[in-house]
Formats: sequence, structure tokens, C-alpha cells
Amino acid sequence: MATQTEVLSASQTDLREIAADVVSRAMKDGATAVEVIVREASEFSTMVRLNQVETLKESGSRAIGLRLFLGKRAASTYSSDFTEQGIQRLVGGALQLARVTSEDPYAGPPDPSQLGSLPGDLKLYHDDVYTFPPEQRIDYARRAEAAARSADPRIKNSDGGSFEASTGRKVLANSLGFIGEYQHSACSIAATPIAQGEDGAMQRDYWYTTARSVARLDSPESVGKEATRRTVRRLGARKIPSSRVPLVFDSETARSLLESIFDAASGDAIYRQASFLEGKLGQKIASDNVTVIDDGTIPGGYGTTPFDGEGVPSRRTVVVEKGVLKSYLLNCYTARKLGLQTTGNAARSLAGNPGIDYHNFFMEKGSRTPQQIIADVKQGLYVVDLLGFGVNLVTGDFSRGATGIWIENGELTYPVEEITVAGNLKEMFLNISEIGSDLEFRNAAACPTLRIDGMTIAGE
Amino acid sequence: MTENQNLFFQKFGITPTDLQRYLAEALSAGGDYADLYFEYLTTTSISVDESIVKSASQGISAGCGVRVLSGDRTGYAYTDDLAPAKILRAARTAALIARGPAQQPIQGFKEKGAHQLYQVSSPSVDADIAAKLDLVMRADKNCRAYDPRIVQVRGSYADELRQILVVGSDGTFATDVQPLARLSVTCIAKAGQNSSRGVSGGGGRVGIDYFLTEKTPEAFAYEAARQAIIQLDAREAPAGEMEVVLGPGWPGILLHEAIGHGLEADFNRKGTSAFTGLIGKRVASEKCTVVDNGTLPSRRGSINVDDEGSPTRETVLIEKGILKGYLSDKLSSRLMGMPDTGNGRRESYEHIPMPRMTNTYMLAGNDSPEDILRSVKRGVFAANFGGGQVDITNGKFVFSASEAYLIEDGVVTAPLKNCTLIGNGPDALTRVSMVGNDLQLDEGVGTCGKDGQSVPVGVGIPTLKLDSMTVGGTAH
Repeated sequence: MATQTEVLSASQTDLREIAADVVSRAMKDGATAVEVIVREASEFSTMVRLNQVETLKESGSRAIGLRLFLGKRAASTYSSDFTEQGIQRLVGGALQLARVTSEDPYAGPPDPSQLGSLPGDLKLYHDDVYTFPPEQRIDYARRAEAAARSADPRIKNSDGGSFEASTGRKVLANSLGFIGEYQHSACSIAATPIAQGEDGAMQRDYWYTTARSVARLDSPESVGKEATRRTVRRLGARKIPSSRVPLVFDSETARSLLESIFDAASGDAIYRQASFLEGKLGQKIASDNVTVIDDGTIPGGYGTTPFDGEGVPSRRTVVVEKGVLKSYLLNCYTARKLGLQTTGNAARSLAGNPGIDYHNFFMEKGSRTPQQIIADVKQGLYVVDLLGFGVNLVTGDFSRGATGIWIENGELTYPVEEITVAGNLKEMFLNISEIGSDLEFRNAAACPTLRIDGMTIAGE
Repeated sequence: MTENQNLFFQKFGITPTDLQRYLAEALSAGGDYADLYFEYLTTTSISVDESIVKSASQGISAGCGVRVLSGDRTGYAYTDDLAPAKILRAARTAALIARGPAQQPIQGFKEKGAHQLYQVSSPSVDADIAAKLDLVMRADKNCRAYDPRIVQVRGSYADELRQILVVGSDGTFATDVQPLARLSVTCIAKAGQNSSRGVSGGGGRVGIDYFLTEKTPEAFAYEAARQAIIQLDAREAPAGEMEVVLGPGWPGILLHEAIGHGLEADFNRKGTSAFTGLIGKRVASEKCTVVDNGTLPSRRGSINVDDEGSPTRETVLIEKGILKGYLSDKLSSRLMGMPDTGNGRRESYEHIPMPRMTNTYMLAGNDSPEDILRSVKRGVFAANFGGGQVDITNGKFVFSASEAYLIEDGVVTAPLKNCTLIGNGPDALTRVSMVGNDLQLDEGVGTCGKDGQSVPVGVGIPTLKLDSMTVGGTAH
């Protein structure tokens, strides 16, 4: 069976040395400021389908990204070639590009006083992800699928059970003397059963667990069972007439609504006038019960990092407090454009200028359970899946495909499909009438169950 | 010897003997088939924002992916270091999927005659950076000049040159040098309290000349600005089932979502598609003939060979409403006993190939677009779309209209706010009652995602009328 790859063979000092070396070379060759990211990662994935290993994938990779400035001009290059020739080309190419880009008065690295790294162990790396034996990885995938298939006789087929693991290391260095690094790990189990009803129609759904440590994953059995519960409840789904009724979004679909708040509060969208939240700082944008926080400091969090993509320490930012927009999420560039301070949300990919991403982004939970929230609805829809990309951040217009379960007199009744749910995000956030007590971090973003009134269902 | 062979053989010192050795290592634990995918990718991107060039970047990535097939099992490993020891190591890792006596790859590679679909004299990655910069600056200037209500413009240009070498234990030997370029314009318009967005772009397997002669930055700039200005006056879209007319070109994303994914062989081999077992059955009105064609010159979805080294071709998916075939790769073709249609594609050397679409479109019919619109009493005319998505198991698909109008008594009237259209794959096309004589392919902007892998694709339709489809607006 598969053995561990030796991708982390390059020692810690190697990556730091490479990063520092590229910074000093680029400075020597004429750059006025330099920022280098070096990353190294190993990945493993396996899928077991109908109790057979269907795919087994294992590999590792390294890459380097360089961003440099010639005064107020910026350019970037990246490569997976760490040879002398490759590094020369990386530095030479970026310098050449920076001669053709425009002067941008807002461009540049962070102010030295803004640089830093959170102290202490943030619990981002757990060795058990790396050392977990391949046989057991495959067994986790197998057990998740087996649990899903045996949980209900209507499960007739399967898109498999899977186990994935990744570990890696990131180094960021710049010409202002910052050098930071961290190691990270993640693993997950998922199951995707397929159910078939008496009419022959098939339905699929899935469930998953993710963690930074194998020890903290939910059991493969619980993942499989939950996947099947979510799948069989879709059997016999029907279309319903168009209507305007209260919608209760489960925590998975609510998370995608929450992500729209991030997209709209992101500094890039704000300075480009491409967001319905532009100019709304200090104003009421959601109902009074809504508080939204981005926190990059939670130990073990999926979105936790000691520093952001520009070397600014991660922090906690209150984005919405009791319905009032308190802060945008910013990197150095967008902060300068808007006359504000960075919130440490710079996201650095290998190429290009830093973007903006959230850390651990969540809505504070309410006090009532999802069951209590549903019990209050006389007629409405419990939304369990959203399909498509029908969100316009400029206008706030929202229209997406949906799957759900009809609520009648506070009870979940029959499944519903082939409908859309539509509204405008500006009104939808003001119309959040209930927030559940079920806040659970399965990803870097998390949202409890939400009830929203006033949206339109389009169906028959 | 082609230019591309030179790259891997000369730059990386790989020899045919090495390739045989790597394949033998991949089959050292048994297995039915093994292949190697070498990739060397260079990219450039430039963007203009607020009328200044804020970013320019270039990159290189290179690597080799080794795959071993054993029955319906796949072992895969890759390396970004092309040293023999690293490739052999990846081969040994991929081999772990198999159990049994070592197999020997076929000796001697056979290169099949391939298409020559990219008429590019010099790939645009080699073009002067100043020429690319000029493209985005022209896009910015002309978009702003269209109307004073255009307040923000972003123009971006991206190109890549992907050089691949694919060898298989069945004697497959294929090389390709795949250019790809794209120019995009996004703008924001404002008038009083109203804001709107316009998006346009295009390209293909073309050189920079394409943007100087055939599709200029001005053309994309005006198109983005036109959409944004129209949307300023958009009113609420209706909600519910009604007649829908799709404009020609990019609205062909309907085919991609409604039927294309459902006809990918892997889903049908596993019995997880809503189209499973429907070959020979009616899945569309008799006016519909739909093909997937990877051999159209210069199109974004076209490739001389797929990422398993098989020549691409034209595959009839639906003929006069009857389901004819699936899109397959080597694995599905072998397991299902059907032809390999040359649709095995992957995002990069880090990814396992699987059946994917190339350019998917419906052939033209006989109706004039004017007659089609005139036949609608009350409905929606959707001229442009954003993205779409499908659940291949229950067949439900969505696609989001970014430019749509109300049709009242046969006349196109008010612009509508963005709305999603939803339907059911196996029966959506049975409602096609009119097919226009104006087939158009899209401008070359499509990227398709499946299992986390993105590949460039094309779509197209003539003007189409669907007698009933659910429109996801908010108005009653």
C-alpha cells in the first residue's frame, strides 16, 4: 500500500533561505521593495466506491511567488522551478514587467509598523494527519461509504466515500525584514450516497467532516449516516406553485448567504463601487439580531493564520454589530484607497496583487434551535441546497435554484425541487427574523440556521 | 520531430527509452494501462483598473503526472521535478493501485496524425508585453467613452501556452502546443440610486493578432458598457413557468448544463446520471440536434489531441431529439465497450483525466429569430448569461440570465433584473418548439468546473424557443 511521500524533505531552513535569497537578489537587482512567498504541500486522496478503491492519489509540490516594486510600479512572477536558472528568470521577469506597469500612488508593501506574526501555538498543524497510515485512510473512506449504504434500503448506488489529507508549509518574506512561516494540516471524510425512489427517480446528497487533526474528525460512520439522511429526504421531491412564504435556510445554505456579506464588505468591491454595501459604514444593513465577525486568531480554526498575505498579524474584526455595518475587510492597498487601516485580510496567491479573504468568518448564534424556528412557520420552505451563481453584488439581486422541504403548520412535510428563491440581499439581511443556536465550524465560514421573510419562490 | 518534442526531449533531456522505463515502472505491480502526461505551462496576465495598469504577472509551471489503471481503479501521482528519480518515484506510487505480476508496455510509440486547429503564427505568450498592455488600455478608454454613467472599468488580458507530451503503455505518443488567450472587460454604471454591471470578453486558441483584427478591445468594451447601461433601467423579473426565448451564442450554456454533463460517460458508467440508460430514447424535440466538437479551428474548447493523447472529434449527442451517445475517455471507453470520443481532459499534470466537453452546440434550424420572438405572447427573452450548474443525478439545472427582457405580444420590451432559470435536463429540450437559423458560438469565455478541475470549453445555440421554463424572478 502507498507509503508516505517525502515531499517535506526540503528542510524548514531551506524554504526560509530560498525566500530570503530571492528577496535580497531582487533588491540587489534594483527593486525598491520585494515580497516572496514559498509554499510546499503534500496531498493524499482516496475514493472508495461500492466497497472498492476507485482512486488513490498522492503527491507533493513546491512553488515560489515573487511580487516586487519599482517605486510605485508593481509586478509579479511565479514558478515551480527552484533551480538557479529558474530563480534568475523569476527575478529578471518580474523586474522587466514592473517597468511596463503604471505608477499607482496607493501601491506598496505594508508600513513596517504593521508587520508581525501572532505569538504562540495556533494549533494549525497536527502530525497525525501526516503519519496516519495509508491503510487506515482507505479504511475511513470505506467505512463512511459502507455506513451510508447500509443506513437505508433506498440507497441503491453511490458516488463513494472519500478521505483526503493535506499538509504543507508557507513562508512569507519581504524586504522590510519580515520573515514568517507556518505549517498547516487538514483532513476530511465525505460520503455521497445515491437513493432511488419507487418512481425510479434518483437523488444524491452528501455529508462531510473536516479537521486539522485526524483525532478531531467525526467518525466515518456518523458521516455516512448523515449523508444518507440528507439524501433519502429528497426522494419524491416535487415542484410547487410560485409563492411568497418565509424561508428557513439550514446552516449549509445560510453559510453561502453569509459569504455574500463578506463579498460585499470586501475592500476590493467597495473601492470599485461594485458592492451594495459601498458607503454604508455605520448604517443599518441587517436586522438588529445580526452580528458578524471575522476572527483570524481562533486556535485551530480553518481560517486562522499567524499573519496575512502581506505579513500583517491576523486579528478579530467586528464586521456587523447588531445590524450595523462596522467595518469593511481590507488589505493594505484597499485600506489606503479608502483612507482606512488594513484589517489583516490580505490573501496572497502565487501571482498578482494580494486579494482579500476572510479568516474565520461567522454570524453569532441565536438562542433557538432549528426545530423551534421551523415550528413557528405556518407555511414555508426549509432550504437545504442552493444551485448556481445568481448573486449580483452590485445591485444585491439574488436568484438561485433551490431544493428544500415544505413546512406546513410547523412540521417538515414533502421535499421540493426545481424551484428558485429570489430577493435582494439588501432586504434579505434586514429581514432575518430568526438566527439559530446551531453555529458549528465545518469550514472557515460558519452560519447558524436563518429565517428570512419576504422572498419569492418561483415554481409552477 | 515537433517543436514540442524538442522541449521535453531537449530541455529536460528525456529520451524515448526513459519513457519506456517509466511506463514499465508504473506497470511493475500489474495494471491494465499506464500513461505519462508531461506539461510545461507559461502564463501571462495583465489588468487595468481605474485606468492604470495595476498588475502584471508571468509564471511557469512544469510537471509530470503518472496514471495506472487496473480494472476500474486509478492510481495517480505527480511530480513538479522532471528528474528521472522523481518520475520513477511517482510511477511507483501510482503503481500501488494494482495487484499482480508486472506488465510490459508496448515497445515503440506510434504517433497518430493530429489536427492542426490553432492557426497561430507566433503564440501570444511571446508577443511584446507592451502590445498586451495596449489592448487593456484601449478596452478601458473605450468603455468609459461609451457613456458618462460608466464609473468603473476593469480590463484584463490573459494568455497561456501549454506544451504537452502524452505517452501510454498502449503505444500512444502525442504532443501538442496549445495556445489560449482571452480579453475581458467588466464595468459598473451608476445613475442616481441605480447601479449595474456589464461583462464582456472573448478569445480562443489564437494569437494576439486576433484582438487587433477580428475582435478588438473596442468591441468588447462597447458590449460591456451597453449591457451595464441597459441594466440601469431593469425591472423585477417575473416568477414562474412561462415561454422563454434564448438568444444565440453563449446562452448555449443551457446545453452544457441541461444535457452535456449528464452525458459524460463516467456518470453513466456508474449509473449516477439522470440520463443513464436513455440511449436511443427521446430526450429533446425532433428539432434538436446537439453535438460536441473538439475540432473547430481556433475555438477555446478545441484541442488537437485530448489530455490522454487521443485525437479530438465531433460526437453527435442528440440527433433529431434522440439520445445518440456519450462523451468518453479511455477508462470509460474500455469499461463500457464504446468508442473513445477523445474527451479525456484534465486541468493540469496534477489532475486525473476524465470525460469533459469541448465545444457543445445545437445545429441551426429553419426559424427566423424574428418569427420566434413574434410567436411569444408573454415571456422572457434571455440574451446573455452568467454561470450555470447542474445536479447530474436528479437532472435539475440552473443558469443565470445577466441580460434579459420581457416579451409582450411578440415584442421585446423592458429589461429585467438578473434572474436564474431552472429546469430538468432530460425533459427541458423536449419543450423546444422553434429553432433559429442563426447558430452562433460563444465569444470564447467559458470555463467548466467538474470535481474541482477547470478546463476551457465552448458552447453555442441558434435562437431557441422553449414553451415552458421556470423563471426565477420576484414579480408576481
